[in-house]
Amino acid sequence: MAQHTASHGAHEHGESHGSLKSYVIGFILSLVLTAIPLGVVLNGWLEGTAAYVALMACAVLQFAVQLVFFMHLREEKKPRYNLLALIFGIIILITIVAGSIWIMMYNQVAH
Amino acid sequence: MAHVNAHAGSAGKAGVAHEAGHGHHDLESLRLMGFWIFLMTDVIIFATLFATYIVLRNGTAGGPTASELFEMPGVVAETFILLTSSFTGGLAVLSMNQGSRKGLIGWLAVTALLGASFIGLEISEFVKMVHEGATIGTSAFLSGFFTLVGTHGVHVSIGLVWMVALMIQLGRRGITPVTRRKVNVISLYWHFLDVVWIFVFTIVYLLGVM
Repeated sequence: MAQHTASHGAHEHGESHGSLKSYVIGFILSLVLTAIPLGVVLNGWLEGTAAYVALMACAVLQFAVQLVFFMHLREEKKPRYNLLALIFGIIILITIVAGSIWIMMYNQVAH
Repeated sequence: MAHVNAHAGSAGKAGVAHEAGHGHHDLESLRLMGFWIFLMTDVIIFATLFATYIVLRNGTAGGPTASELFEMPGVVAETFILLTSSFTGGLAVLSMNQGSRKGLIGWLAVTALLGASFIGLEISEFVKMVHEGATIGTSAFLSGFFTLVGTHGVHVSIGLVWMVALMIQLGRRGITPVTRRKVNVISLYWHFLDVVWIFVFTIVYLLGVM
């Protein structure tokens, strides 16, 4: 707790807060979210579609953990330009990736 | 100590030019946001590379397939090394916020060493593949693979050079509003590369051997 107070005292500008506790929680979560997909694939916990879903869910959760615990996205002051830029980036990302997969899998003229 | 120093940056000027002190701080946070926007453009680069890899990954042209080629122990080691370096990068920022220059430089050094061992493992993996005849020109799958994973590796390598330069600057200037912003920027960059690697690990390696 003393550390927590110190970090706030030393830094009141709201760029990146975070305490040792939040970094440790983030690190443990990221380790767990890496161990689960490893178990799924290498030990064969799940198969087929369930395995795909579990793998992608862990990756997305891992992304969220890094954003919240390490990149401090939730502590941004209003107006939340960083969040807006991120949402824009993700929309472009999904459009490019999902669009490419959709076109190449289902809309080819010749196979 | 450095905390006092950092505040001297804005508080010390207060008597003379309070407005200027504030403008300086706003400029640094604006620069941090500018870097965030750069990261979003990097998201788009990786989106195109991931899309290319995904649509080409079955185009092996008679060459080795993903499950024949990938050796998971090395990849798992790379993943845990990079995850740990993301954490130690966070500890560096934490030390900085507590005003400890020694702690900051020390944790940055640990982060850079972990990053260097990640790159070392990746290079030895690539060299081994090329020796087995799996080069960037072998198949569409391998072109996509080397471009995607290589681009990430180049990012990490640039981050290493940058981190060493920043450690030297921190040694000379200490924690000032400017170096503080620079540490925040490289920390964002490093966490971002960790996120990209998580998707490389999942989409390229895990789905490749599944």
